Amino acid sequence: MTDKSYNKPVPEPTPDSRPFWDSLASGRLSFQKCGACGVIRHYPRPMCSACHSMATEWVEASGRGKVHSWTVTHHAFNPGFRDELPMVLATVDMEERVRMNAQLRGVDPASLTIGLPVRVDYEQVREGLTLPFMRVDRPG
Amino acid sequence: MSLREVGIISGIGETAYSRNSGKSVLALQLEAALLAIRDAGLSPRDIDGVLPYGSAVVAEDFITNFGIADLRFSATTPLGGASCVAGIQAALAAIKAGICKHVLLPLGRNGASGTRIAARVQEMPQFHLVGEFEMPIGALAPVQYYAPMARRHMEMYGTTSRQFGEIASSTRGNAILHGNAIMTKPMTIEDHQASRMISDPFRLLDCSLESDGAAAIVVSSADYARDLRSRPVHVMGVAEGHPDSPSAITQRPDLTTLGLAKAAPKAFRMAGVTPADIDVAEIYDCFTYIVLCQLEDAGFCKKGEGGPFVESGAIRLGGKLPVNTHGGLLSQAHMAGMNHVVELVRQLRGEAGATQVADAELGVVTGYGDMGDGAIAVMRRG
Repeated sequence: MTDKSYNKPVPEPTPDSRPFWDSLASGRLSFQKCGACGVIRHYPRPMCSACHSMATEWVEASGRGKVHSWTVTHHAFNPGFRDELPMVLATVDMEERVRMNAQLRGVDPASLTIGLPVRVDYEQVREGLTLPFMRVDRPG
Repeated sequence: MSLREVGIISGIGETAYSRNSGKSVLALQLEAALLAIRDAGLSPRDIDGVLPYGSAVVAEDFITNFGIADLRFSATTPLGGASCVAGIQAALAAIKAGICKHVLLPLGRNGASGTRIAARVQEMPQFHLVGEFEMPIGALAPVQYYAPMARRHMEMYGTTSRQFGEIASSTRGNAILHGNAIMTKPMTIEDHQASRMISDPFRLLDCSLESDGAAAIVVSSADYARDLRSRPVHVMGVAEGHPDSPSAITQRPDLTTLGLAKAAPKAFRMAGVTPADIDVAEIYDCFTYIVLCQLEDAGFCKKGEGGPFVESGAIRLGGKLPVNTHGGLLSQAHMAGMNHVVELVRQLRGEAGATQVADAELGVVTGYGDMGDGAIAVMRRG
């Protein structure tokens, strides 16, 4: 896929968030961890709200979580997503006690339920941009 | 120190509401502002404070067009749809401090014929986190950010889409009676259920309108009440509240609690009344569920009981707590809640016409904006 054909919004990483996007590009999900008190936080930001330290580390996440809530979008707010509708957008409680919002693919919307186990996967959507999405984490 | 009885809503004004005004946003706002100022028995040059909404029209525009010689106070309250009610708090604080006496709160937009909401939020700084982390995956519009709050409420408390439909249908009925409303066709709960899904659980008829028009109020010092031709409406309590994780709903510990839950107890305490004392409520209604959640967060019912509360008929005219007697953002027009303030004042003056709540003495108006900011004002008739 060339950049010209990509007609969806793209993130504009900041110095605070750049490692998150770089990590995704290498097929890993990472979260910020406070360098002082160790609390993990998301979305990326400069300061730990627990202890106000600005010392930040990055840790690789397990990629596993459970559905906290969701919406199933049927309306194309951007033509770039028209072919993906209806689209499940899941709010996921990650094992690291932060949340992610991601598309949940390959699931029957009628089977969605709070607590459904999911696992992150990655898709390079254009050069230099990899987005995370979720699949149901089936046992075995 | 409190803002109780510091000020009154001395004037209200509204343009006609439409989908294609053919006027500039500035012209719309000046028209509504002039109506509100004259309703207050004032001249535009008496205005000594102005709180513009957003950045489309600024204080300088009012100085220029009204010929105000010495504007003493201007500020914005950037809480999205909670800005208007939060603006009442800011205006009263400025009045209490002795900075000014008559503060204009104008709001106007070409929300239908101009830029639409899904495009507008992409430019708003308070949406920078969702802009980076949620828009790229396809979460682009407020309906998609708010839907998981509603879904969580449904899963936790058994709230149903038909209960959302009761809010939509009741509000439509009020709009039809009111007159100055964009939506004029009756709507049943079945009509709501048959409307197309936008972002589950929100159907088309769960969503508010995008509208052209303007509404404005003047907040004046309480001592102006004795000079007022119309019945004064006194602000007894007012507060704003910001939810946890105010820039990203995804990260909020409890998806079913809004900023209003922090503001409402403060406003009621300041007013010295309880939710049970309230005769009429104008509740910000960008989406049906947002009304239901605010009824809980304001204390009109317990958390989780908003569904049965609306289902009981409580919010209909003649019910325990008539809500959105003008048709709200869902059916009158989307004026970011300034039309809610205007309607509450009409109700408390006894000038609400076909949707007048009999003997309305105490009322509340709420605002809800961006990712869950809240504001509430408790008012009484003078």
